[in-house]
This record gives sequence, C-alpha cells and structure tokens, in this order.
Amino acid sequence: MIELTEEQLAGMRQHGERDYPFECCGLMLGRFESDGRKIVAETYPISNAREEEAKRNRFLIRPEELMRGEKYAREKGLDVVGFYHSHPDERAVPSKYDLDHAWPTYSYIVVSVEKGGAVDLRSWEMEPDRSRFNQEEFCAVSVSEARP
Amino acid sequence: MPVTIAIPTPLRQFAAGQSEIQVEARTAGEALDQLTSTHAELRRHLFNDQNTLRNFVNVYVNDEDIRHTDGPNTPVKEGDMILIVPSIAGGAVAQVDNLSLNGNASSSEQVAQADSLSKNELLPMLSNEEVARYSRHLIMPEVGMTGQRKLKAASVLMIGTGGLGAPLGMYLAAAGVGRLGLVDFDVVDASNLQRQIIHGTKDVGRPKIASARDRLEDINPHVEIETHETRLTSENALRLFVNYDIIVDGTDNFPTRYLVNDACVLTGKPNVYGSIFRFEGQASVFWAERGPCYRCLYPEPPPPGLVPSCAEGGVLGVLPGIIGAIQANETIKIILGAPDIMVNRLLLFDAWRMRFRELKLRKNPDCPVCGDSPTITELIDYEEFCGMTQQPEAAQPTMEEITATELKQRLDNGDDIQIIDVREPHEYEIGQIPNSKLIPLGQVLNRMNEIDPERETVVHCKMGGRSAKAIEALQRSGFTGKLINLTGGITAWSNEVDPSVPKY
Repeated sequence: MIELTEEQLAGMRQHGERDYPFECCGLMLGRFESDGRKIVAETYPISNAREEEAKRNRFLIRPEELMRGEKYAREKGLDVVGFYHSHPDERAVPSKYDLDHAWPTYSYIVVSVEKGGAVDLRSWEMEPDRSRFNQEEFCAVSVSEARP
Repeated sequence: MPVTIAIPTPLRQFAAGQSEIQVEARTAGEALDQLTSTHAELRRHLFNDQNTLRNFVNVYVNDEDIRHTDGPNTPVKEGDMILIVPSIAGGAVAQVDNLSLNGNASSSEQVAQADSLSKNELLPMLSNEEVARYSRHLIMPEVGMTGQRKLKAASVLMIGTGGLGAPLGMYLAAAGVGRLGLVDFDVVDASNLQRQIIHGTKDVGRPKIASARDRLEDINPHVEIETHETRLTSENALRLFVNYDIIVDGTDNFPTRYLVNDACVLTGKPNVYGSIFRFEGQASVFWAERGPCYRCLYPEPPPPGLVPSCAEGGVLGVLPGIIGAIQANETIKIILGAPDIMVNRLLLFDAWRMRFRELKLRKNPDCPVCGDSPTITELIDYEEFCGMTQQPEAAQPTMEEITATELKQRLDNGDDIQIIDVREPHEYEIGQIPNSKLIPLGQVLNRMNEIDPERETVVHCKMGGRSAKAIEALQRSGFTGKLINLTGGITAWSNEVDPSVPKY
C-alpha cells in the first residue's frame, strides 16, 4: 500500500495534463515502512524539456536523473519509493513494456490522460517473480490530517 | 580486488536486507556475477534469460557508466564502488498488449513466449495477424522472428514523398518497419503521377504527406505513420533526426542533400542516399561512423544552374522506382544487421542502357564535416552554401518582365510583339502560345539573326528560367532589340490565359 496526499495526487494529474499529448514522469520520494507501507513525502517531477524526444524515446527517466533525484532524497533523509508517469489517451494500466522495465517493491503510478484531461490514476506493484503487475491500493490523505 | 556494490532499495529484500555488499572481482561483470551467485534472487531483476544485463539496468563504476567504458569487462580496483541504477521507462507508446496483467491464463504464456523468442528484450512482440502477414519474411533465417521484430522496433525518417519516397515508403511499410516519419511540404501535382506511385489521380491538389499516409496505412495498418508537413531546414533537422534510427534521402535539390548529410553526420545516423536524373540514378549508404559521407564524395555542390533539376531535365518514370527500391533494400538490411550494406560503395545505374556500375568510396580524412578535424560542427545556411541566394537578385534588375495576362492584353490591343519560345522541340509539341517561334535555348545565339531587333520581343520557356538565360545570353552577345521575359513561362499562360494549353 502506498500513502499519498490529495495534493500530491492532484499534482501528478496536473503534470500529466500539462505535458499532454506527451508522457510526463516523476519520482515519488518518501519512506518504506517496516509493515510494507510506502509513505510519500513529496513528488519530484522530472521536467520534460525534451518532449519530442521523450515521446519516442521510451526511457522517461535516465539513470543520471534518477541519481540526481536519489541524491536530493538522501539529503532530505528520504528514499525513492516509486515513479509516476502518464499514458496519453491510453488506460491507466502498465504495458508489457512497463513490465519488462520494472523492479519489485517500487510503486508505479500510471495516470491516464484522455484528450488532455486526467481521467484515471492507479498504482501498480510488480510481482517479485516478474510475471505481472498487481494493482496496489493507495490511500489518499488530505494535508490537514496531521502526519508525523 | 575487494569492491563494494551498492544495492538499490527495492532489491535489498533479495540481498538479505543489506545496502552494500563486498565482493572480490577484477571486472564489473565479475562483481555482478559474484553478487548474483550468492543472492540468486537478484539475478532475474538484473539479467534477462540470455544472461545479458536487462536493458534498463545501468551499472556505474565510480560514477562512470560502464556502457561508456568496457561494458562488463570494465576493470575494477580495490575500493571501487559499483552502483546499480535503473532508467525508468514509459509504456503507453509501446503498449504491446495488456494480457500480461492480473495473472490470467494468457499472461504467463505471453511472458513465456516473449522470453523464449527474444534475443533482445526491447523488441516488440508480433500479433498473430502480423505473423500471418510477414510469413514470407519469417521463414527466411536471415530475417526470421527476431529480424521481423527488429523491423517492428525500427524507425525510419523519409525526406520527401516524391519519386524516390513513393516506392521506398510503400516497401518499408509493407515490410513492417514499425514507425515511418514523412517530411514533405509539397502538394500533389498532375505531373507527379508519372512516377510518384504513392499518390493517385484523386490526390491531385492534396498535401503529399496526407496522400502518402492514406496509401501507407492501407498497405499496412500495423505501421505507425508520422507526418511532418514542413520544409526540412537547418532549424528543425536535428530535432527531427534524433527521433529516428535511419534517415532516407529522397530529395531532389542540393541544399537539402547537404543538409541531410550534415545532420546525419552530426546525429550519427546512417543516410540512405539516392538520386535520379533523366535516365541515370545513384545510390549509396553514407554513414560517417562506418565510411564516407556525401561530402567526402562531393565536398562542394556544383554551381547553381549547372545541373538541371528533374523538373527541367525530365526523368524516366520507372527510374525512381528502381533507385527507391534499392534504398528500401539497404534500409531493411541496416535494420536487420545484414552484411555488405552499401557503405563505401556508390552504385551508378543507367536505365537507358540497362547498366549497373559500382565505384569504391573512401572516407576523406580532410572532410569538413566527418573528417579528422571537422570545421562544420553545426548546421549552416545550405541555400547560401549552394549559391542559391544571391544569383536571382543579381540577374533580375536588368531584365524586363511581363505577365501572361499583360501579354494577352497587349496582343489583343494589336501591339506588334514577336514571341520566341526557347524550349525544346518535344516540349513545343505539347503546346504552344499562338504565333510563337521556336528557337531552342542551345541555338539562340546562332540563330540570333532570326529575331527582329526592330520589334519588341517576348521570350518564354516552360517556367521562365531558360528564357531568362536566353535573354542574358542575347544581351551579352550584343543583341540590341528590346527583350522581355514572360514570367512563369507557358505554365503561367495556361494558368492565366488559356487553360486549353496543357501543363506538363
């Protein structure tokens, strides 16, 4: 299970809408809890300056960018707990391609953006034997609910 | 050597929760082997079934990507730190199927099939429909399932959808090249249909890329067609090229040809070259990483006007069919990784005599763009490089001009004007302006005495270019009479005055 705030979810949806018809992407930084929960402290959008290329180039986040994100997270005492990306005019389900390019434990949030509007958002986690993605429950809290 | 491997958070559960593990190894590859032999569960997340590193897994030795050094053979020394970093893929574009979700019966089959077939896990799967479509490819071991999937994974940018682009695009689409980009800004004209078989009679007046898209989608709906309705320029070329694996040059002018060449060299893409004129064609693969580029062969363009275009000199309709098909052939071979692609070779073809000849090409170490110390490191102004910019400005001010409509009015008013047609006799046969006299450009000076200097003279050709040359030549040779160029030639006459005169 992954825990986020309504604001973080809204931010991902907006990012997907802003970058439509291109895919958007970003990191989720937070903590892995001992009971298996992931708590997102903040999202880290990857700026899509190379839009035209990114649309073609299926790698949305290069390792250098991820390392930069991890460094930023470490400075704040956080971990990368997952990634989000948008599927323009496609369902919010990971593709076979996504499956081939995933690691377990991380959360993969997919935002479906149809005709420029975010319509669906789901979180996925890969089965450790790499056979499939399982939809992951996510829990949205509003900021007013005090968090430790 | 003892080296340290940092274990990324999501994989720590497969490494007994450790964040760093020490191993003894001489190379990065050995270190990973050591790691995964003690923690077998890690292996499937780092390596595929062919025992190569998964393509999204990146390995760094002290901040240096081993892809940029010696790969798995990159040496490591005591105290080195090895980092394992994924790159994150997005999948909507590449969505191959949704069947592998939720653990239904077909999902495990799909995955198993994918793994057993793939030499390279990046390659997309073929649907049953596609397998049926490509069966004549699939039964040849040189192509086979892997080759066909390579074709599906490939992307080709075609510059121009004219004579060369027509067969090229049709064969690449039919062969199952996954993504085809088309660059053209032109509109289908009736005079294109003699050779540009991607367009039909119903398409006259439509943008070429729209017509080409329809045809290619009809040939193969599995191909993704991307249209770029724009002129290729120094401003957009690099941005377009980086999104494709291979660039195919189907252009008919020197500025674009040099632009395509330089942009290919700068982006490291192979340039599948073809050119045609009258009955003769050329083809080659210019790929600076493996051989010469177009500039190694032709460092400088010919002076403007020396080599006529197909519009001026004509072209046998089937010739671009042959050369374009050769370009398609080489493109497919590059994708398949075939031996003997046409690098270092220039093919010359003479359709009238039906002869193929081949020249050996060498890379020029002094080449200004791909040589040892290149002077061209970014795209330049190719119109200027090819001398296209100043010339018309210099010629025009001294030349008097008349439009077809004005000429018609003056003739109707009964003005005494003699009309000289400087086209070739076979063009004259197609259609004439009434009461004109034929003196082909090549004979104009010898037959100067047939033009009466006492009368006003309007000179015309097909479009206005050759008649301007004729006027210049006559004036230089001391012709004293008044010479006026018909703007736009007999084509303008047909457009503005008399549509019964056929355009060609």
